[in-house]
Order: sequence, then structure tokens, then C-alpha cells
Amino acid sequence: MEKVLMKGNEALAESAMRAGCRFFFGYPITPQTELAAYMSKNMPKVGGTYLQAESEVAAINMVYGASAAGARVMTSSSSPGISLKGEGISYMAGADLPGVIINVQRGGPGLGGIQPSQSDYFQATKATGHGDFQVVVYAPSTVQEMADIAYEAFDVADKYRTPVMILADGMLGQMMEPVALPQPKDPADLPEKPWACTGHGGKRPHNVANSLYLTADALEKLNVERFQRYEAIKAAEQRAESYLADDADIVLVAFGASARVARSAVNAARAEGIKAGLVRPITLWPFPEKALEATIASAKEYLVVEMNMGQMVEDVRLCIEGRRPVEFYGRCGGVIPTPAEVLEQIRAIQGRLNDAQEKEGE
Amino acid sequence: MERELQILLAGFGGQGVLFAGKCIAYAGLMDGREVSWLPSYGPEMRGGTANCSVTLSDAPIGSPLVTAPNVLVALNQPSYDKFVDEVVPGGVIIADTSMIADLRLRDDVECFGVPATQIAEDNGLGKGGNMVLLGKLYEVTKFCDWDTLVEGLRHCIPASKAHLLDNNIKAIKLGMEA
Repeated sequence: MEKVLMKGNEALAESAMRAGCRFFFGYPITPQTELAAYMSKNMPKVGGTYLQAESEVAAINMVYGASAAGARVMTSSSSPGISLKGEGISYMAGADLPGVIINVQRGGPGLGGIQPSQSDYFQATKATGHGDFQVVVYAPSTVQEMADIAYEAFDVADKYRTPVMILADGMLGQMMEPVALPQPKDPADLPEKPWACTGHGGKRPHNVANSLYLTADALEKLNVERFQRYEAIKAAEQRAESYLADDADIVLVAFGASARVARSAVNAARAEGIKAGLVRPITLWPFPEKALEATIASAKEYLVVEMNMGQMVEDVRLCIEGRRPVEFYGRCGGVIPTPAEVLEQIRAIQGRLNDAQEKEGE
Repeated sequence: MERELQILLAGFGGQGVLFAGKCIAYAGLMDGREVSWLPSYGPEMRGGTANCSVTLSDAPIGSPLVTAPNVLVALNQPSYDKFVDEVVPGGVIIADTSMIADLRLRDDVECFGVPATQIAEDNGLGKGGNMVLLGKLYEVTKFCDWDTLVEGLRHCIPASKAHLLDNNIKAIKLGMEA
């Protein structure tokens, strides 16, 4: 397939349209603005709707509406804007409405900065909004993956009737790489949504998209049912890439942009004879426990690398359950770690492993 | 396998740093190589420094942020001063000596000084200094075939500016001869 050179933000937008997304509601914010700009230019060409809402809160509620009507719909923002969308995402989860939400992360908290960051991991995976719910969270690491994941995200959202978040960052949004774009889908060919609130000429009972349940027992029952669906997602949708991790003494765990830095560091470590490898979660929720568990036999120590103060490291520790040491290295505020910095961490761990081995030999 | 090029282009916003980087990246794409192009973005683009990391490789690219370049293209003094010591030993520096008065040399790095802005102005090529430097970079590293470079350039120039293709090629050739 012919490849084109595109920014991550643009590749994601194009791919979403090819997945049959015909509604985009957003509000501008750096570093995701190219995504909305691309939609504004190209959505009308495929007969879709681009609308710049008056705020992020309005945009996510428009997503709720379009989704309730059965459409494939998307919104995008960056960190502070996602916080504003949190309420609407919770309502979508409570009403079992699919939809795709893009977070091209920047440094926080507050308005923070505009440089790349991964400090919304907790928000995305633990508490995007209030209430008992999860959203499926993907973490692309290349421009190609920005496109591929956007294309698949709509299928996953529709299949499980859940909001799906793509957790990107400023680096992935702004950078260009060659990308092969997927085949366009005609929205008319997509599976029907019998639950959607569409006109039906009185032929069936009305469908209602709602998250208000004032009877405690009814609400509990719904939540329990939804969590059964989450178990199905955990079983079927975990995704991760393992890179040189099979025989690795030191297993790095990193996602998105920091996984690229970690990969460079792993290559440099291998060149020095250090057996390092990388597990790169592609789904952050469900967290790829299986891929991590597969490394425990050879791993002597884990090193989690993130562009934050230490968030995913907690999920790694939950998986490893104290069986191995789990170290953390992070930069934050928009600072991107260098492969050399990460290599230093790997060398330090290898040094400790060597010392321990010597002591054992004595 | 060809050498992996980790190129850092740096100058003022408006000097065409990102465009020059895009031309290199596009040539790499057309050659079927692994390519990444990462711009600086945000407030530093407006009146401040702009820079751009381009990697051409035959293996999947890890960090797209070039922190240890083997090629530095410097378009102004602050960028030269900021990045000259980041270049790896054995690397190459292409510097616009019309803009860089104090060219502090390193003996483990090859430095090519080209008065690119002046050359562009003298030849009626306006702000073509970036392309003159690209020409020098091309001559020194031969990162692709000539036809690929021209074809990549054609792709990168927006349709509204298609008439500027010949001028860009002329600037590249002047840089190769400089």
C-alpha cells in the first residue's frame, strides 16, 4: 500500500473518517489543533459534520447526542480540555453510548504547558469522570498506530457500547512519519444499532439514552452488568508489543512516546551486552497483564519509563505483585527523556544485578 | 544498509527549517526507508528559535527527538551555539555563515560553512537560504538520489507555490557547488 507522510494528528483524523466517523465536535487546544483543522477541512467532503462547539463541555454533550442517534462520532482535545469533558464521558458510560475521545496530552496540572506529556494516565485509566466505569484506553506509539487504532477504536466502541479513549501526546500528534491509510468504510455498511434513538414510525417501543436511575437496585444491577462487559473486554482486548523481552534480565515497560525512547535505550543497552527488553502496552485499559506476566520467568528487574511523575508504574507493580523489583524513571512537564538518560538507569540496574550475583558467588 | 542519519535543523522561525526537514523526510519516504520528522512547536516558533529533528533509517526509529545528531544544519548563531556540542564525534555540521559570525570549530566534527542567506539573496532567490543549505547537506551526505530529491521537493511544495520549484532546485544546486 502506498505510504504518505502525515502528522499524527492528521493521520488519526483521516483514519477516523475512513472508519465511518461522520460527526466531529471539538474545541481548539494545542497540541491537537491539526486534528480538528483536518476534520473541518475534510469532514464536509465525505458528507459529515464538523462543528466547533462553544466549549469542551458542549462538544462532549454533542458527542453524546450523535452517539445516541447511532452515529460514529468523535471528539478530540488535550489534557485541560479532557478534564472538562469528564462529566460527559461519565454520562456516556452510564448510558452505554459508544464514541471515540482523543487526548493529545500536554504537561499539567492546570493549564500546564503545551509540550508532550503522559500525565493523564491516571485520569484515562482510573477516573475519567465520576462513578463506577471504565473507558477502553489505547496508547499509540507511531503515526501508523495513530491511524490503525483510530480505525479500530470505533469497532471496539460499538461492540461493547463504551466510550474509547486514544491517549496520544504532543510528540505523536505533531510528528510526521510514513503511514499507510486503511480502506474507507461506508457508514451505511456498518452493523445496525438496535438500541439507537432513531425515528421508527411507532414500529417499536422508544429507545432512550439515559444515565439517570433513581432506584438503587436498578442502578446496581446495571453497573454489575456493565462490569461483566468489562471482564469480557479484559479477556479479549488486551494488547501489547514485546520487543526483545523474551530473554531479558531487565524489562522496560513504557507506552506511547516514552516507549520510543525506551526502545532506543534497549537497543543501546543490547549493544553493550546488557539483556534489556521492552513491553509496550498498547491498551492501557485493559492493562496488558498477560504480556507482562509472560516476562516474569526471565526478568530480574523491571524499569517503568513514563513522561510523568509515576502513574503506570502502579499498574505494573499490581501485576508483578512484589515478585521482582519495579523501578521508575520519568520526566514531566513536557520534558522528553533522552535514550541516554534511560540507558543510565539500565546500566545502574545491571550494576546492582552484577553485584548481587557476585555476592551470591562468594 | 546505509548509515542512519539523525539530522537536527535549527534556526529562527521563518527561515524554512521545518520545510527543509520535510523535504529530507519525503525523500526518505520515497526511498521506502524508515523516516521521522519532529518539529518544535508552540510559542518558540514565533520570533524565537525553530528546530526540527529528522531521522532516516533502515530500522524502526526509536525516539524521534534527535538529541545526539550526526548532522546539524544551523541557520543562526543561537542555534549553532546551542547545538554544536551535541553533535556526535565524526558528525557533520552545515552552517549558514551569513548568519553565524562566530563559528567555533570542533576538531572531531566536519564543519561546512556556507554563506547561504547571502547566496540566495545574490541570486534573486529571496529566502532560499534553507534550500542552499539543503544542497550542501545533499552534496555531503547524498541521502538519496537526485531524482528522488526533486520528486520529494515537488510533493512538499504546496500547489499554490508550485511555480517556486525551479527556484528551489536552483538554490539546492548553488548549495552543492558552494
